[in-house]
Order: sequence, then C-alpha cells, then structure tokens
Amino acid sequence: MAYSDKVIDHYENPRNVGSFDKNDEAVGTGMVGAPACGDVMKLQIRVSKDGVIEDARFKTYGCGSAIASSSLVTEWVKGKRLDEAATIKNTQIAEELALPPVKIHCSILAEDAIKAAIEDYRKKHGLEQADGEEAAEERVA
Amino acid sequence: MKLPIYLDYSATTPVDPRVAQKMIPYLTEHFGNPASRSHAFGWKAEEAVEEARAHVAALIGADPKEIVWTSGATEGNNLAIKGAAHFTKTKGKHLITQKTEHKATLDTMRELERQGFECTYLDVEENGIVDLRKFEAAIRPDTIVASIMMVNNEIGVIQPIAEIGEICRARGVIFHCDAVQAAGKLPIDLATLKVDLLTITAHKMYGPKGIGALYVRRKPRVRIEPQIHGGGHERGFRSGTLPTHQIVGFGEAARLARLEMAEDGKRVRALRDKLWRGLSSMEAVVLNGDLERRIPGNLNVSFNYVEGESLIMAIKDIAVSSGSACTSASLEPSYVLRALGRSDELAHSSIRFTLGKYTTEEEIDYAVNLVKTKVTKLRELSPLWEMYKDGVDLNTVQWAAH
Repeated sequence: MAYSDKVIDHYENPRNVGSFDKNDEAVGTGMVGAPACGDVMKLQIRVSKDGVIEDARFKTYGCGSAIASSSLVTEWVKGKRLDEAATIKNTQIAEELALPPVKIHCSILAEDAIKAAIEDYRKKHGLEQADGEEAAEERVA
Repeated sequence: MKLPIYLDYSATTPVDPRVAQKMIPYLTEHFGNPASRSHAFGWKAEEAVEEARAHVAALIGADPKEIVWTSGATEGNNLAIKGAAHFTKTKGKHLITQKTEHKATLDTMRELERQGFECTYLDVEENGIVDLRKFEAAIRPDTIVASIMMVNNEIGVIQPIAEIGEICRARGVIFHCDAVQAAGKLPIDLATLKVDLLTITAHKMYGPKGIGALYVRRKPRVRIEPQIHGGGHERGFRSGTLPTHQIVGFGEAARLARLEMAEDGKRVRALRDKLWRGLSSMEAVVLNGDLERRIPGNLNVSFNYVEGESLIMAIKDIAVSSGSACTSASLEPSYVLRALGRSDELAHSSIRFTLGKYTTEEEIDYAVNLVKTKVTKLRELSPLWEMYKDGVDLNTVQWAAH
C-alpha cells in the first residue's frame, strides 16, 4: 500500500513518543483499541491548572497509519484547552494524513484516544463533561 | 548487495536466465501453433511442447500423458476439484479439505457448496499439520473428493501426503493435492504416491508466470469433467491454444529443478536456519508452524507486541509479506495462523520470509540486523510491549474491540 508523505514522516519520525506517570494528578490517560483488531493506542496529556494541555505522549501498536494518526494528534492537542482538544475530528486527521478509506478507522481511534484521555483527566478532577463534545457521533466510518 | 532484498520467493520467483534464454526463440522464430498439424511451424512447436511435457512429468515421477497444461495453479485447483466433483457427483456429494488451504482451493469448495455439494473443512494441529485420524474420521460413505496441499504457502509445513493418499485409495476417495509450493523444492514421486490429481505451477520454481500443469492419473484412471470447452486441446481436458514459449520455459525450469534442487535446498536451508538463529535471539519471537516438517526456504515468525504491517513498512529494504492479509483491503489477520490456534495479536504480528536459490548470506545478515533494529524501535512505540514489560497479562485486560 502506498502511504502519503505525511504518514511516512510521522511514522519514521514519530513525535512525542513515551509515557507519563498515569497516577500523576496532572495526567490524563486514554487507551483505546484492542490487540485482536491490530490497533491499540495509548495517549496521555499533561494539563495545567488552568485547563490547558501543556504536553502529550503516545504509544501505539498498529499499522503505519495508526502510528501517524496518534503522533499527529499529540502535536495538535498541545497548547489547546481541554474543550478545544475535544473538538478534534477524525475527518481532520484523515484529511491531514490523506488516509485511504481502509485506514479511516485509524483516525477514528486517534479521536477516541484524545476523548478518553480528556475524560480520564476530568474524572480524576471530578469535572463534568463540557458542552459540544457529543459531536463525535458524526464520524466517517 | 542490491536493495531491496527479495525474500518473498513463495509469492513468486525470478525466471532463471537459462529458462528465459530457452523461451525467446519460441516467441519470434518458432512461433507456430502446436495444434497446427499441416506444416513444419506447427510440428516444431509441438515437438517443443512435448519435450517440456516430458521434463515436467519427470520432475514429479509421472508419465507425460498424465500432464495437462493449465494457466497456473488457480486454474489447476479449479479444474481438479470441480472437474472431479462434477464427474463423480452421481456417487456422492461430499468433499474434504482443510482450513489452511490456499484460497484457490477454499473458494472452489465454496462454489461447489453453492452448487449443492457439501464440504468439510478440517482443522489442523498447532504445528499446522493435519491429523490423519481426524482426516479419516471425516470420510463419509458419500465422500467423493479430498484436497490437501503438500506444502502450505504461508508457513511452509509439509503435510503427510503419502499417508493421506493411502487412506483415500483404500476408501475410494479421489485425492487432489496442491503441490505448488512443493514442486522443485521437495522430491515428488507419483509412481509411489497415491495422489490422483496434483497441481503445480512454473512461477514458483524459476519459470514464467501464466503456465501450470495438472497431473491426472491414468493408472488407475481418474476422470474429470473439463471446465473450459473449445478445440479439444490436451485430450479434451483443457481447451485453448497452448502458449508454446511459456510451456518451454516451464519444461526447462522443471529440468533444472530436477538436477539442482537437492543442492539448492541444502544451501537455502542453511541460510534459513541462520535467519532463524538471528531472529530468535530476540525476546518474544514465535515461530509459526513446525520447524522440522517444513520446506527449506520458509520462515514464518510472529514478533509479539509489534503489528505486522507497520513492521513491513519499517523493513522496506527487504521484500517480505505479512502473514496477515492486512496489506490488502482486508483487516483480518491471517486465517492460516488463526487455524493454528494463534491469538489474533500473534497473527497480526507475523512476517513470512521465503528464501530462494539466489538468496545470499550477506542478504540474510542484512535482514537480521534490520529486523532486529526495527522491532526494537517499534516495541519502544508499543503500549503492549510496555505493559508486557510491566508484567501485565494482556489477556486480563478488558479491551474495547472496534
């Protein structure tokens, strides 16, 4: 399969690989996917006291597109407020990386990973889900 | 050393330059139709076709009259299985095969099921080999055809064809064997093997693509119904003008294989073993399929906690295939590895390396280093590897399947 240059770039030089301590109060962790399906993404965010994502890390088991999708979103979420980060759509990821139809599920997984990380952080801090995050249903499957 | 390195000889092989040389005059100079009986152009072509037929027959211990030219293995398997089932349908409607067969066999069986036949798809053991007792137990009074491959295309394991042949002969079942991955690599002697129909193809043994052969036993005579109708070529078994140059190439490839396969096999086996020694020095690496009952050139390995498609992408300097079908539109892991009882994640993590007579030691050394480096890199990226290293049992994790 031919990958786009952007996928190859993220795959060969993945950004923000690694892990934060998941018990750290400032860290939200999202783990999505399943080994049986061939993709597992772990995305972590470090959030400042005023609700801004200061840093992000990922580890991904999956194909080149899955690795690139998660690498890309770690770049995108940095500097965003939680409610902003939660609006990132899989279609934006798929468009940026020029993913072919059979790889769209990789971008969906990356979107799910951000949402899971944000939710984890909010749970830790007893925060309610903000408005405008239900739009995740409008996905391209 | 030239990059990329070809380690996908089970997909196809390069044409041996000696074979290509032999073919060329039959494209330009001796271009006659071998079915033309009325002039020297036809006679010359026919002579070449018959010489090639003798070489192919000799490679598998058959009589030249038992060789039917086909376009390749897919046609061969279709002709054998459908042809035998259609001819014998008044005797019964049941067929037997195994789950790890090539799609050319499995899909042919599915088509016969649509036509009203019934098929049993046998499981294989964990080493990839069919259990003879289970095979025999699957035979019913109305079983007419069984099809078991000699060598599996993904994991290279060798099935007990002689024993299966004995069982089939004793029970009056027509036995077809797909020997595409075996011919030119293992000795095949149909004078002793009780195989009734056997499929081979040229492009897996340094011959050209687009030409294969189906062996159809004459003693005792096996009857099949033709699937392609027309001018009555190949004694009515398979109509269509014979591609003389392709046949000449197949014949030469078979002649060379018969002379050289023992030597080539020894060398290839030594390189394959070296590759395995190099790769198995890493942690969490699993060999798929039996190591002993296996053709010399095949190594199918799962690199646990690394996904196969991303690994193939990382090692693009070596041409290999994923044991899984992930590289195509399908995201399913390999059905062959699933049939061995491998977990989905191990099936997703597999790579098939297949070596051939042009593989060099330098290439194997390069491949070992490259794979080790990239597996290490991808494991650093892998959340599963991290969990494994932290002592988490992945089977106890509640995953959200998607």
